Amino acid sequence: MHLELLSLTDFRSYSEVEIQLVPGGCAFVGPNGQGKTNLVEAIGYVATLGSHRAAGDAPLVRLGAERATVRAGLVRDDRKALVELEIVPGKSNRARINRADVPRAREVLGLLRTVLFAPEDLAIVKGDPSERRRFLDELLTVQSPRMVAVRSEYDRVLKQRNALLKTAGATVRSGKGDLRTLEIWDSHLASSGADLLAARLRLVAELGPLVEKAYDEVSAGGGAATMNYKCSLGPEAALVPDRDLLSAQLLEAISAARSQELDRGVSLVGPHRDDLVLQLGPLPTRGYASHGESWSYALALRLASYNLLRESGDTGMDPVLILDDVFAELDAERRQRLARLVGTAEQVLITAAVPADVPEELAGARYDVMAGEVRRVV
Amino acid sequence: MYEGIVQDLIDELGRLPGVGPKSAQRIAFHLLSAEPAEVRKLVHAISEVKEKIRFCEVCANVTEDALCRICRDPRRDPSVICVVEEAKDVVAVERTREFRGRYHVLGGAISPIEGIGPDDLRVRELMTRLSDGAVTEIILATDPNLEGEATATYLARLIKPLGLKVTRPASGLPVGGDLEYADEVTLGRAFEGRRLLDV
Repeated sequence: MHLELLSLTDFRSYSEVEIQLVPGGCAFVGPNGQGKTNLVEAIGYVATLGSHRAAGDAPLVRLGAERATVRAGLVRDDRKALVELEIVPGKSNRARINRADVPRAREVLGLLRTVLFAPEDLAIVKGDPSERRRFLDELLTVQSPRMVAVRSEYDRVLKQRNALLKTAGATVRSGKGDLRTLEIWDSHLASSGADLLAARLRLVAELGPLVEKAYDEVSAGGGAATMNYKCSLGPEAALVPDRDLLSAQLLEAISAARSQELDRGVSLVGPHRDDLVLQLGPLPTRGYASHGESWSYALALRLASYNLLRESGDTGMDPVLILDDVFAELDAERRQRLARLVGTAEQVLITAAVPADVPEELAGARYDVMAGEVRRVV
Repeated sequence: MYEGIVQDLIDELGRLPGVGPKSAQRIAFHLLSAEPAEVRKLVHAISEVKEKIRFCEVCANVTEDALCRICRDPRRDPSVICVVEEAKDVVAVERTREFRGRYHVLGGAISPIEGIGPDDLRVRELMTRLSDGAVTEIILATDPNLEGEATATYLARLIKPLGLKVTRPASGLPVGGDLEYADEVTLGRAFEGRRLLDV
């Protein structure tokens, strides 16, 4: 699929902008701080209903405006769809598809698929485990929108259970509390946790070989990139994506951790404690990989995600690939290699500070971005 | 801001569930322009309900007497009890005219975040009702959300050892609706709970 239109009203620095896009490469070029990333952020928002660099919706609305509007025209095979989103901070978003209101903004998820690589992605390699869990969970929701519900159900169970653990410790120690309510939340945590865990394990198994291949191609023989899912169930656990088996193991681990959980007042077992361990050769990337290696690894994770979605999706559902400020960090040779790798994508959107940063293979349409205005260069 | 008692009225109305500041203002001005007799009727209805309405001694449904209409009715089947969260759920089930048993209103659902545990619900009263042997089936009709499910699981574990039949209403597709409009979660549940078609 590709985008043919992006139109923004009061989004970030833009009061009003409309851009016609083309299949193949589209490069947004302009000095820093002119609003290039705001464009790709808006596109990412249509795909995920979230921003890749802000936690809430408030920063997305132009200073002084009440709401922001994003319109995106999609083309899949020969069919077209227009998605419109109205972002009002503190309220739920309103969405329209082909000029018809939809009951929930969530309905637009799955219409546009994107894979976005941005400098912030360095945190997946260098940051806390939560960054890598989020990477996995976000990819899961792109693959299957049902995972949004699985994720929020798990978060809710976790909150309820932690609230109970905080008070249960005291009541149990005083000898009058009973653990029966806690056991109810144990079983809910185990069953919705198993759902999430099974989906993550399946994803890691599919993604692993693609990451190794992508890293090899980006770095040209910089060592084998492998990844392992580190689970709170411990190293002996049978990590197969079978819900019933995982649920049983989670229940067992939860009851084994009972006294520790009561002491500390938090849930210590479950997918919210897991990590994805990234390795280069024999060493973990965290703490060992150089800046360049970490950068290549983050890029490989996104390229592998792109290839996975491309392979597993229906025809015509190739995601739109977005490379935000990537090329400036790469040397000439790696630039060429990356350009060749993504050259077959249906649409690649690129941002760069200077035209020289955009490899020739991808220099399809060029747009100059300057002070909140976007002009196609012909 | 309005002056004195007008603002007081708006503030009071604004405290009601589902009434925002704009609606409160509209209702207040409607009352100001209404016939005094109409307003007195409203005042009377509010104070009557506060004075006379109590909770049924058996099932905690709202009633004007010691026992509610359903618990007083000898034609209702005493062997089946339908457990619901709130009194308004009784009305919802009654509308179906399908259920001829009796009710038990819990007064909420288990939710540790809000500090509500089984001891804050009318669980002990329910267990007392089950002890006399007249009841053979319990229908756990708590809400189909996380807290309602947790409450149902809790009660089921408590009741099962008594050897009673414990059931839960099916979750699934709305009748008369279109499959394409169902959300993923509901549709997923409906598939999990699919049944054999007898022909």
